[in-house]
Amino acid sequence: MTTAKEPSAMSIGGAPTPQTQRNAQSNAKFASNRRWWRLVIWLLLVLGALAMTAPFLWMVSSSLKDRMTVFMYPPQWLPDPPHFMNYVDVFVVKPFHIYIRNTLYIVIMNEIAILGAASFCAYGFARLEFPGKNFWFSIVLGTMMLPSVILLVPTFVLFSRLGWVDTYLPFIVPAFFGGGAFNIFLLTQFFRTLPQELADAARIDGCGEIAIYARIILPLAKPALATVAVFTFLNAWNDFVGPLLYLSTNEKYTVAMGLALFRGALLQTRWDLLMAAAVTMTVPVLILFFFAQHYFVEGVVMTGLKD
Amino acid sequence: MAMTTSRFGHLRPNTSARRKTLMGYLFISPFILGFLLWFVAPTLTSVWMVFQDWNIMSPPRFVALENFSTIFGDDLFWQSLKVTAIYTLLSVPVGTLLSFSVALLMNTKVRGINIFRTLYYLPVVVPAVAGSILWAWMLNTEFGFLNILLRAVGLPKVRWLVDPNLALLSLTIVSLWGIGSTMVIYLAGLQGVPDLYYEAAEIDGAGRWAKLRHITIPLMSPVILFNVITGVIASFQVFTAGYLITGGGPDNATLFYVLHIYRTGFKNFHMGQAAALSWVLFVIIVALVALIFRSIGGSIYYGGKES
Repeated sequence: MTTAKEPSAMSIGGAPTPQTQRNAQSNAKFASNRRWWRLVIWLLLVLGALAMTAPFLWMVSSSLKDRMTVFMYPPQWLPDPPHFMNYVDVFVVKPFHIYIRNTLYIVIMNEIAILGAASFCAYGFARLEFPGKNFWFSIVLGTMMLPSVILLVPTFVLFSRLGWVDTYLPFIVPAFFGGGAFNIFLLTQFFRTLPQELADAARIDGCGEIAIYARIILPLAKPALATVAVFTFLNAWNDFVGPLLYLSTNEKYTVAMGLALFRGALLQTRWDLLMAAAVTMTVPVLILFFFAQHYFVEGVVMTGLKD
Repeated sequence: MAMTTSRFGHLRPNTSARRKTLMGYLFISPFILGFLLWFVAPTLTSVWMVFQDWNIMSPPRFVALENFSTIFGDDLFWQSLKVTAIYTLLSVPVGTLLSFSVALLMNTKVRGINIFRTLYYLPVVVPAVAGSILWAWMLNTEFGFLNILLRAVGLPKVRWLVDPNLALLSLTIVSLWGIGSTMVIYLAGLQGVPDLYYEAAEIDGAGRWAKLRHITIPLMSPVILFNVITGVIASFQVFTAGYLITGGGPDNATLFYVLHIYRTGFKNFHMGQAAALSWVLFVIIVALVALIFRSIGGSIYYGGKES
């Protein structure tokens, strides 16, 4: 383990200056000082990481207890014997398999709608020049920052007028219209970085804009499309407010809705089952996260650092 | 749209320019349609609703500004405003401080930085419903994890969610579980600060604190400002935690503003009042963002930012 500043000091390096010589003399004192600092920093980070992970461990541990041991003190971190039956009981008490199927339907329709519509619009913003483009792009940015909750009530009124209450249409149809400002923004930024030469060559060969979009830009944009796909899954799978407002039939509920109802008065004391259900809902997201971690971080950083 | 194209076609009577314009608008048309249908239409509906006494079932009745006098005369409105303001004042500064500190610690080239980053980010992807139920169990007075910890070190039980004076604080703690989302942004920003700056400062004899104050924080200030603003906007829209963990209680101690909108519109069916409440929220958020810009926007450093 080398100290933090050494590699960077070498990177500007070159011939030894009086400065680096003076540093060498005081290095011994600094080294032990630095080692202490690094240990303290490392311990703090470990402590924080424990605080972050403890709820997960508690959730899994509770989900494997029976209805009595879940209330035991001191708690058993590794339930003996582990009560795997909870994961079966969850599906017996509430039809979670139906909720999962419903949610996956919404997820898939959203993926199709958003990947298609957002990339289509982004192509226009990133690769074409036309009057009024900057105006419309500023509207994309504006709607991105706007607090979405504010339109919840009038949107509900509109959708109920259209007869969309207790259907999946409120979660699917709007996505086909542009796929969300954030996704358009993210893809536009990415499309701008793609080289112009390929598209120009295709144009000379008589390719139209739609062919260039579909055959050249989309295949090159796989990393950005993956980022959008990951966030689309996450948003559709995790959405709670939408289903809460629009769905009213049990057979149509999503996982989030089913889990929220599961917490109703009847099961208030069955924390073992509640935790098993919560784990069931969380595991797909965590699996996705471990495989697509890079895309998550990319997307989040994109919103925060680019302007 | 047709008007725009013909107007610009007239300005530049060149068919290829006109085709280009048409193509551009073809590509961004899903967004324009979506903007009109899911943004302009609900906004106009909302403006109309504000002046109606309407329960969605029976015909609306024009009541002029009565909805506003009703909502402002309601103690629950002021309570929800107070709750949301306190929650924002607690969670945004503490969250910013914590996530920035964690990012600083991680940026010291510690061992296992990728593992740390993953562990700190993990809670962000957990579905809000699953996370809320998990924390309801973590903060359970009799058998929750936090009180088991306190008991293990000989401290008395804390009535996290039951005590009206503590419930909001408890939900703030829950919100800190999600600092990973901004931490990742800060970390990416910190990694973009050139080592050269720190080395130059070291030559001038700057210590850790001086480097943080005069290099890191000024360079990171645009990112901090962005995160504070999005943090305030998000915390004024908090709903799920209040709805599922505490149900707004005890004694309305966690009646978030959006929960108040939800109850007004979708439980008591005062759609006009709910629309009025939404507009008030919009004005509050815009005013707050403007205030933040005016008070700290001037001290933001944009000069040396790399893009």
